[in-house]
Amino acid sequence: MSSSLARYVDITGEDVVNQLRQLAEPLAGKRVVHVNSTRVGGGVAEILAKLVPLMRELGIETTWEVITGDPDFFSVTKSFHNALQGNRVPISASQYDHYEAVNRENAKTLSEKLASADLVFVHDPQPAPLLSFIPKRRGSWIWRCHIDASRPHRPVWKHLRGFVEGYDASIFSLPDFAQRLPHPQYIIPPSIDPLSEKNVDLPASEIDEVCRRHGIDRTRRLAVQVSRFDWFKDPVGVIEAFQLARRSCPDLQLVLAGGTAADDPEGAAVLDAVNTAANGDPDIHILLLPPDAHREINAIQRAADVVLQKSIKEGFGLTVTEALWKARPVIGGNVGGIRLQVIDHHTGFLVSTPEGAALRMCYLLQRPDRLRTMGEKAREFVRENFLLTRHLREYLTVMVALTTGMKDRIELA
Amino acid sequence: MTRPTPTASGEELQFRVKDCALAALATGERAQNLKELRDKLTTVDPASIYYHFWGTLLRPVFDDPRYNNDFAIWVFDALHDQPLAERLGVLDPVDFYDMEELRRELLDIIDEELDLVEVLPWTPRESQFHFMRSQIVVFDSQLTVIDPAGLAGAVSAMSVGSVFYHFVDARRRTPDGIDDFRTWLQGLPGDYSAACDRLAQVDPFFRSLVEIREELFEALLETLTG
Repeated sequence: MSSSLARYVDITGEDVVNQLRQLAEPLAGKRVVHVNSTRVGGGVAEILAKLVPLMRELGIETTWEVITGDPDFFSVTKSFHNALQGNRVPISASQYDHYEAVNRENAKTLSEKLASADLVFVHDPQPAPLLSFIPKRRGSWIWRCHIDASRPHRPVWKHLRGFVEGYDASIFSLPDFAQRLPHPQYIIPPSIDPLSEKNVDLPASEIDEVCRRHGIDRTRRLAVQVSRFDWFKDPVGVIEAFQLARRSCPDLQLVLAGGTAADDPEGAAVLDAVNTAANGDPDIHILLLPPDAHREINAIQRAADVVLQKSIKEGFGLTVTEALWKARPVIGGNVGGIRLQVIDHHTGFLVSTPEGAALRMCYLLQRPDRLRTMGEKAREFVRENFLLTRHLREYLTVMVALTTGMKDRIELA
Repeated sequence: MTRPTPTASGEELQFRVKDCALAALATGERAQNLKELRDKLTTVDPASIYYHFWGTLLRPVFDDPRYNNDFAIWVFDALHDQPLAERLGVLDPVDFYDMEELRRELLDIIDEELDLVEVLPWTPRESQFHFMRSQIVVFDSQLTVIDPAGLAGAVSAMSVGSVFYHFVDARRRTPDGIDDFRTWLQGLPGDYSAACDRLAQVDPFFRSLVEIREELFEALLETLTG
């Protein structure tokens, strides 16, 4: 067994890796291309950085292409993103034209690779029109939507649907997000890589050092939210919750740690609002971290007593999975993929308001035994359901199904 | 249970342990009230009914489920209609010849309820029912049971995916609609009727796969060893 896959055996067991090898057998030598719009920042890039090498190791010829665009393009696609998550964002005809023009240009650059691929995974709305500009394609195309599209702003979805309908299959993270489309719609939650810098075990000294560098007092209790500075993550609501919880837990500190992705032009405005809400409180640590600060984020999550993800919209919420894997119960917004991970009273608590988040923070902080047992349960829950190996198995299943005629039964044995 | 070792004879009499996983697919059909559920149930693919009954066994659970099929769970959680949830929850798919017969029973129960209600209870959009279906992926576990005496031990070491494949999924792919263990034992020389009778008593639906595995182990231990 080759090295990278072998490293997962200790965590997931040998059977899991054997299943990956069996699924990869009928795909040996196939050419697979993943396309998205950023190489760094955000959950999609993180997952691809891990999945692509593993697919190669399994004998599948896999490449990862990133489309390019100007700031106007990313401004439009950010509006697409917000509109798919339900915001009534107006997009003008000229913006739609620009969106298509940038994709047309990218299609020219990528046409040879995309046309000859056996399978093409196109991630999120940014590169979705590529398919319509590659008329002589030989393989199957899959649109992978990582966004909470349960209640999309209809005019924008209608426009996007025109591009997506031509795909051979689509993948959504939750049944709620699926749409009426004329092709199979797989439900595949994303995952974390337990071997990545963001998730490996760390020595206590490293956790202490990261905290010291950011002025976090290790003798006091700590609540943490890690996520990019985005309105949908409700960082201002987290500050409100912290201020309420501190009445009962006066030693509590808060860390809001995140960055902004290369394709997110709104981050600075959100960060301003967060700084205003924090109003210079020395117990609120706002950390703007670079996209590659994986070990630092890992250390901060491990330093936490409780982790929050108080999103008001969420595709899946990989930061929730990361915290659960580190045996931290999560207080999460009752939305999107968080509901799949935070099982009320088992792996954490689902809340809808800052008051709810404050209540549950106090509950857990005042019951260390409960906090520990919920954390242990949370880690096992992730081991069974949300690790990269499960995610890869389901992608391989889609690939095998599409290349063997979409039968209800795939017999590898 | 051993890793398979090719033998000069008798390989066809060995029990090859397989494993499985379900890939979930959305059908795009949803229901927000009982009438919508009924209407969608009339046309949805039988594979979707299968998924919402049998597929629950392979999903992670923390507590004993209140009900064992998704329709009953949704009626209770989203529509807050406990009497109807109980009538749906007691349905055992084993009692029905196929998914079409089960579909008819579901529709009868829901129609009866629809005849009685004046105002349809509805649920917020976030809690609507999503009709799903699945593809099953079958893996070779690379494990083989050589003789019946080893079956109990083999079952106790099986993954829940293997238990699902051999004890649940088997019922829709074997001619007699029975589990793989009985099919195997019945094809061997010798009399294994006591074991087969005991296996036939194990309920495949109202218990978790872990509990089913324990019960299978006990049944096989009693009848095939010592």
